[in-house]
Amino acid sequence: MSSRHTRWSNWLLLVPALALLAGILLVPLIRTLWYSVFDPDWTLENYGALFTDGVTTTVLWRTVVTAAMVTVATLLIGYPYAYLMTRVSPRARGVLLAIVLIPFWTSVMARNFAWIVILQDGGPVQSLFAFFGADDVVFYGTTVGVTIAMTQVMLPFMVLPLFSTLGGIDRRLLLAARGLGSSPTAAFWKVFWPLSRGGVMAGVILVFTLSLGFYVTPALLGSPQESLVAQLLAQRTTLLLDFAAAGALGMVVLVVTLVLVAWANRLGGAVSAIGVVAAGPVKESR
Amino acid sequence: MTPIAPETAQNPTLEAAPGSPPAPKAARRRYRHVDPIPWWLKAFGGLVVVFFILPTLFVIPMSFSDAQTFEFPPRGFTWRLYENFFTNPVWLDSLRNSFLVAVLTAVLATTVGTAAAVALWRLPGRAARLVRTLLMVPIVAPAIVVAVAVYIAFLGWRLTGTVTGYVLAHTAIAVPYVLVSVTGALGGLDPRLLRAAASLGSSPGRAFVRVTMPLISRGILTGAIFAFIVSFDEVVLALFLRSPVFQTMPVQMYNSVTVEIDPTISAASSIMVVAVTVIFLLPPLLRGRGRRR
Amino acid sequence: MTTTPETTVRAGGAAQGGRGGTEIRLEHVTKDFGLATPAVDDVSLTVEPGEFMTLLGPSGSGKTTTLNLIAGFETLTAGTISLGGRDVSDVPPHRRNLGMLFQNYALFPHLTVAQNVAYPLRERKVPKKEIARKVAEVLELVQLTGRDDHHPAQLSGGQQQRVALARAIVFEPAALLLDEPLGALDRNLRSALQTEIRRIHREVGSTFVFVTHDQEEAMNLSDRIALFNDGRIEQVGTPQQLYAEPETLFTARFLGDSNVFELGRAELDGKVGWDGETWAIDPATVAAHPGVRERSAIVVRPEDVEVAVRREDVPAGANAVRAVVRDVEYMGSYRTLLLAMGDRGLPGRTRVAPLRGDYAAGDEITAWWRPEAQRIVAA
Repeated sequence: MSSRHTRWSNWLLLVPALALLAGILLVPLIRTLWYSVFDPDWTLENYGALFTDGVTTTVLWRTVVTAAMVTVATLLIGYPYAYLMTRVSPRARGVLLAIVLIPFWTSVMARNFAWIVILQDGGPVQSLFAFFGADDVVFYGTTVGVTIAMTQVMLPFMVLPLFSTLGGIDRRLLLAARGLGSSPTAAFWKVFWPLSRGGVMAGVILVFTLSLGFYVTPALLGSPQESLVAQLLAQRTTLLLDFAAAGALGMVVLVVTLVLVAWANRLGGAVSAIGVVAAGPVKESR
Repeated sequence: MTPIAPETAQNPTLEAAPGSPPAPKAARRRYRHVDPIPWWLKAFGGLVVVFFILPTLFVIPMSFSDAQTFEFPPRGFTWRLYENFFTNPVWLDSLRNSFLVAVLTAVLATTVGTAAAVALWRLPGRAARLVRTLLMVPIVAPAIVVAVAVYIAFLGWRLTGTVTGYVLAHTAIAVPYVLVSVTGALGGLDPRLLRAAASLGSSPGRAFVRVTMPLISRGILTGAIFAFIVSFDEVVLALFLRSPVFQTMPVQMYNSVTVEIDPTISAASSIMVVAVTVIFLLPPLLRGRGRRR
Repeated sequence: MTTTPETTVRAGGAAQGGRGGTEIRLEHVTKDFGLATPAVDDVSLTVEPGEFMTLLGPSGSGKTTTLNLIAGFETLTAGTISLGGRDVSDVPPHRRNLGMLFQNYALFPHLTVAQNVAYPLRERKVPKKEIARKVAEVLELVQLTGRDDHHPAQLSGGQQQRVALARAIVFEPAALLLDEPLGALDRNLRSALQTEIRRIHREVGSTFVFVTHDQEEAMNLSDRIALFNDGRIEQVGTPQQLYAEPETLFTARFLGDSNVFELGRAELDGKVGWDGETWAIDPATVAAHPGVRERSAIVVRPEDVEVAVRREDVPAGANAVRAVVRDVEYMGSYRTLLLAMGDRGLPGRTRVAPLRGDYAAGDEITAWWRPEAQRIVAA
């Protein structure tokens, strides 16, 4: 299919998509960047202010901590789950994969509302803890509650890179280690874990990065005193109309996100994991 | 996906090169006792599955509650919330707006995305791969940053609160999903079929219509459905672009929690959950019935 | 876009493409992909109207690329291609009116057998009734009636190839191009379809250009063979000519088995020496190829080599070489003796009738042949 005369027509087909993305994403982002550095003259003051205004650093730190908690949670849950996926039959594997993707594709609001119902004061979770004697456990309005809800949605982005890597590890290596005298635990730490590190890193970076930008979940399940960076951004834009400050903060978050995702991609195919998630929970069969 | 070596570990006497089909069921069953999956791992998997599915299901019993709050367990049994959802103009308008925007987004995103997918499929080389990565950026970029930037720009362009603004913004986000879907379908298309079509007298345009399109139609449809769902469900951009007279359903649901406690959100959520589930289960079910031919 | 395919290329000779066939002429055709050597290097070839021409050669020799150039799927780097006297070098493939048969059949999976075959007729806006008639006619020709409503996935490999064949000839193209169409089939099926293709060629009468790497298939089917080597045409001729009168060592080795005695640079008048033996050269058996003066080799087919137990039994005037039997292969209607010839132990082979003589590994014999049977080729 190397007819040269259709080459320009192919690029023509790309014009609508590229124009749309340029117009709706690129131009607004550049405009925002503009606002942040031309206020009205060239200045980096807005970026400097991020560190000095007393709020941004606190919020950023809180966001990083939350994202870290989500990352740890997804790793602890996702690693065994991904490992299980490599061991079961292909059909079970397909089912497990589809189930992982379900929260991602379920309505955002429905999902968050469900967590409100579950984690609220007087709700089922609190009643459960009270039943076992822990009376003052609060989840609604706390970072822990936000973490739980975010974990549910972020798990596919940990499971997929992990599954891809774990599936490629030859389990006979484990049997060999056992044969040479290692206990099962030692065999795991000395043989399996090191080989899975690439996927782990990719998943960790991907989940951490995507968690930084969450808005709806912290807004609904967290408390206003403990806002995350997304809420701060929203506040500065719509309430304070401080486009310069919002722009600066937004650019920082964006650049950090893109750099980290690119890094995760190098380590373990993060973009293809995103592609699998984007392909939906139901597989096309030929 | 990388090859699954575990199959060979379960069948040490069979020659299995990576990527070869898994060992026949009988053989695998025979060797399972040599290297079985630990019970606690299976139990853990079960718990995780529950974690994925169960929480969202809570909205369904809530939707029949008679209470004015979100208290759980729900009190009484009534269809009142569903009634309210379908008769209250605030909810109805938001439903209608969401529907309108989602349909338009689906149409636009599918057209643009399919064209891009076809173009990228035909073009080899680094430039094409770069473009493909660029077109995936909307999924990766944090929704809040995109929303802020778009809001600021749309303010200047007077697109906030308009159907046009919503459709354009949602289309930009939905295109990557269509791209993934159609690209997947194109992956199964044998390029030699197009050569055959040319040798039989079809110009490239006619070959596209008579050969390519029918064979990727399922991928296009799936992409359209995804674009619809992505738009219908979208919250962050919708919150920024709203105006007092134009709100989408997710925004109305957001208001029912933050502005004024409105238990109708349970009914709305239940409908959303059931609707999306049905939409996703439909294609494989239809395909299953067709296969009995 | 205004002309329908059949009006853009008219067949030479008879009124339409089908009967009588079209001449295909390649003149100094070159295709360069930017690699070390061009895939097709200055190839000139004329396929006569109605001829069955095979492009034969090892993988990578340029035969498939040449076919793709004729079809229009690749663009020419240099040279011209004419169909029926008309230059089509710049004509896109969908307007060349050439039928094509692919190795993987390339049947449209979403269409039925009848719809597949009707496809080119629909592109040419043939009226419905006419389409039905022609489809039925051509399916009968390839002996595949009664499966009109089946989809390709429901047919066997051989049946799919018949449908592909029907689809490629139903619109009476100027010529039919076949790209190793039988490669994916097993031996028996391949034989059967070879017979089919020959029969259809005789009945339809168009020009066929067939690509294969299988020399037996080529010799079986073709009126003429163009042997490709490394992007160039090594030799063109009838199967008989290529087999009995090869010009080069490559040709001799590619078609059939040979015993090869390299001579290097040698004077080829009268007598020549090899490893202590002296052999007569019949000037009629020397290739016309100019390279023969530089480096040459003697080629003798195994069936022309006789075996004598004692040197004295070799007839006068024959060329002989001492040899040791390495192995005996029983081939059914004959036996093959694998020999080590001369002091160097050059591998050779000869055929003997199954019941004549008893040979075993280690036997010292003399292999001999008549000078008329040998061929001196450029090496």
